[in-house]
Amino acid sequence: MNAIHPQPHWLFGRLSWDALPLHEPILVGTFAVVALVGLAVLAAITRYRLWGYLWREWFTSIDHKKIGIMYMVLGLVMLLRGFADAIMMRLQQVMAFGGSTGYLPPEHYDQIFTAHGVIMIFFVAMPLVTGLMNYIVPLQIGARDVAFPFLNNFSFWMTAGGAVLVMLSLFVGEFARTGWLAYPPLSGLAYSPDVGVDYYIWSLQIAGVGTLLSGINLIATIVKMRAPGMNLMKMPVFTWTALCTNVLIVAAFPVLTAVLAMLALDRYVGTHFFTNDLGGNPMMYVNLIWIWGHPEVYILILPAFGIFSEVVAAFSGKRLFGYASMVYATVVITILSYLVWLHHFFTMGSGASVNSFFGITTMIISIPTGAKIFNWLFTLYRGRIRFELPMLWTLGFMVTFVIGGMTGVLLAVPPADFVLHNSLFLVAHFHNVIIGGVLFGLFAGINYWFPKAFGFRLDAFWGKCSFWFWISGFYFGFMPLYVLGLMGVTRRLNHFDDPALQIWFQIAAFGAALIAIGIACMLIQFAVSFRRRHELRDVTGDPWHGRTLEWSTSSPPPAYNFAFTPVVHDNDAWHDMKQRGYERPVQGFNAIHMPKNTAAGVVLAGLSTLLGFALIWQMWLPAGVACAMLLIATIVHTFNYQRDFHIPAEEVSRTEQARTQQLATAHV
Amino acid sequence: MPTAHSPRKLVLRLCLAGAALPLAGCDTLLLNAPGDVAAQQGDLIMIATWLMLLIIVPVIVVTLLFAWRYRASNRTATYKPDWDHSTQLELLIWAAPLLIIIALGAVTWITTHTLDPYRPLERIAADRPVPASTQPLVIEVVAMDWKWLFLYPEQNIAVVNELAAPVNRPIQFKITASSVMNSFYIPALAGQIYAMAGMETRLHAVMNQPGDYAGFSANYSGAGFSGMRFRFHGMSDADFDRWVQKAKTQGAALGRSEYLELERPSEREPVRYYSHVASGLYHAILNRCVDTTQTCMDQMMAIDAGLGHHAGHTSQAGH
Repeated sequence: MNAIHPQPHWLFGRLSWDALPLHEPILVGTFAVVALVGLAVLAAITRYRLWGYLWREWFTSIDHKKIGIMYMVLGLVMLLRGFADAIMMRLQQVMAFGGSTGYLPPEHYDQIFTAHGVIMIFFVAMPLVTGLMNYIVPLQIGARDVAFPFLNNFSFWMTAGGAVLVMLSLFVGEFARTGWLAYPPLSGLAYSPDVGVDYYIWSLQIAGVGTLLSGINLIATIVKMRAPGMNLMKMPVFTWTALCTNVLIVAAFPVLTAVLAMLALDRYVGTHFFTNDLGGNPMMYVNLIWIWGHPEVYILILPAFGIFSEVVAAFSGKRLFGYASMVYATVVITILSYLVWLHHFFTMGSGASVNSFFGITTMIISIPTGAKIFNWLFTLYRGRIRFELPMLWTLGFMVTFVIGGMTGVLLAVPPADFVLHNSLFLVAHFHNVIIGGVLFGLFAGINYWFPKAFGFRLDAFWGKCSFWFWISGFYFGFMPLYVLGLMGVTRRLNHFDDPALQIWFQIAAFGAALIAIGIACMLIQFAVSFRRRHELRDVTGDPWHGRTLEWSTSSPPPAYNFAFTPVVHDNDAWHDMKQRGYERPVQGFNAIHMPKNTAAGVVLAGLSTLLGFALIWQMWLPAGVACAMLLIATIVHTFNYQRDFHIPAEEVSRTEQARTQQLATAHV
Repeated sequence: MPTAHSPRKLVLRLCLAGAALPLAGCDTLLLNAPGDVAAQQGDLIMIATWLMLLIIVPVIVVTLLFAWRYRASNRTATYKPDWDHSTQLELLIWAAPLLIIIALGAVTWITTHTLDPYRPLERIAADRPVPASTQPLVIEVVAMDWKWLFLYPEQNIAVVNELAAPVNRPIQFKITASSVMNSFYIPALAGQIYAMAGMETRLHAVMNQPGDYAGFSANYSGAGFSGMRFRFHGMSDADFDRWVQKAKTQGAALGRSEYLELERPSEREPVRYYSHVASGLYHAILNRCVDTTQTCMDQMMAIDAGLGHHAGHTSQAGH
């Protein structure tokens, strides 16, 4: 099947000692650091006897709040990895001029830009977005948990399993050298015979299962579990965007799964879906992957839009302007996001009419998006704006994002795209919308909801440092790339001949350094806030004078979220309750029916990851065993009938009494 | 309040960032390209940008203005916590972007058709239509691992990693690839188009000023991608003839076996000329049958279509 490699070993497949990159000093150094830090963390967990706690309270937990936090931790850890790749690329491009080839050989550099894209989209942006939706949506709709709590835990561990495989490729074998979407024929067996693309395929397939299931879960939650009185047009805007995003996930991710499955068949069993020969057509891959890929960017940006809508209303002390048009704009974007994918390959020879159609549909998306911007603008109008951290990120977004939106519409004009496609202008554009839109939104969300999740606010000084370094780093880092793109410089180059370009790369590298400081400030912010947690304590549960239901609970909320399901009369439900002089019930509590923790998610995802690893290295025997065990574990789990329990009424009563006392100390 | 001055900083930052764009206009090739097609594409970028700035600039200014005006510490500003709807404003905020997009959409529809790379040129430059007698210069382009092969059927020569064309004569490129995807791009001349194996894409362009311009692959294609660069020479007719003669005298013949040798992956190949090209070579490259043991794709498709060996049209991407 694979003529380039000798017959695989019966147990180890293609895996041998040669797979360890011992000849790469950078990787050996990285491995040493990762191993040391990893060992230190494991030792600390053992030293402080935390294994049992972590296993019981976190890894096996089916509480949407804890799973949400685990998603966020995964996303932030992977952000560090993805950003390390970014710094390495910036360094290479700033060095490799004229006679210098830089410090990275092509086979390493090409893995880095591929890994950077894959990690930032699949293992940073996706977990952060999913984590926030997981944490916030049930609270915003007055639910006790998501619709399928076990599935939620399983989804998280599948995502984590994919991330493990990507990280493993750093030290065992290599990652794909194909760019983040792995276009064939380059990603086919003929031109990428090694394990890199297999790591790519299986990490995305495994994480993709998690994403799809989590999408189904959240749709069911939002559709079926809203508090009485909360009809669709009384849902908070973040929940609306979460609903639309998850509809997009459920409709788009199966396409990714199918296209990667076909690529895997080409590579593993010699089919010709996307090869050059025997009727294969690589353009079909490009077509299919963008049918997933374009909705994917809206999957990321819509929840960010939701976060900004919540933040701008809360910190302007005002109702959101144009709630209905905000909702319709979100729905229109959801639908239109399926009608634009061809704009990613105008330059592959589609006719002028086809190109114009997709160009114009793309531009039309800017109309609802523009309406959203105006809605936020008029929410500011005649408000009382408090410049707390979430609001700073939101204002930074409003200014930055419109620039990215403008360059996006420019790229949607096909003749302009013919000169800008694949250029650094494009790179600047999508970083402008992903950093300035998605990431700023996530940071706004993290700063906004952190006190809800942990019971104390994040430190404002280090938060502001982080904000200013990030935003200035963004402008220094990416404005030069716009200029370079207009000078006709294409992306993914590891060497440049023209010395006149170097200054722009130097400015961009300076920007990357500023962002690095921004990230460091954020980590310091977490540490400082933890140390100052008693000063920053939020006893009210409502530190920002919030407007939606999550602020009606304590910070952090009890396991059951709401002792009594709230009744909703207005789309700013909590604000409305406060206005009407809502009295918190202090007695008459009942036992609460709750789902029980289970190890099944960890086990199933662990076996899936093992199966993926075995398939990557063509270890057929271990793959067969892992597959059989996966099947058995799934069947065994279906026979587990002890899936729920009741929190006794006395315990609920005790918890609620503690909250009553806490509120009394806060004089609320 | 330490944050109150933050909008001012934003304004400052924005001015700096905004200054970068017009500043860049001075030396950006894409906005002052010497080739007529690229020049029109550059003009289009400017038109579209100005059109969008009509709405982008006011939005940014008003955002900062509102953020400052309605800061919590400014107790003189009006505060209307329950104001959340205005039909007139809603109409305005949907209509304003709509009008811009209608204008831009019209521009898009027209320019996408007039600047369609498959459409034969109608003009050499503004107010200079293509003379009726002029035939375009045909150049067949093959993207290879990791170099470019250019075939000139009219002159019956071929060149590796160097391209030349007389100025003010329309050029018709027929583009394919030997293995993975690349994108054929000479920013000074015209926008790019992908080069894909077993498929042919097309590009029509014209160079208006003699000179030496950069060309490269604009789609990542593997380890040697960064070195896939070539020079494009815009020349007078006489210089072009001399260049063809140079290829005729300096080069060797390019037959099937030489092509198969050249097809092997290599990086940063020096310029190489071929004085003759075996007949039907480009057709064989496009149909993946330079190696005579392979069945040509057009033949195979004809067999699949039940037409036997009679029909033999080349396959094309798109169109």
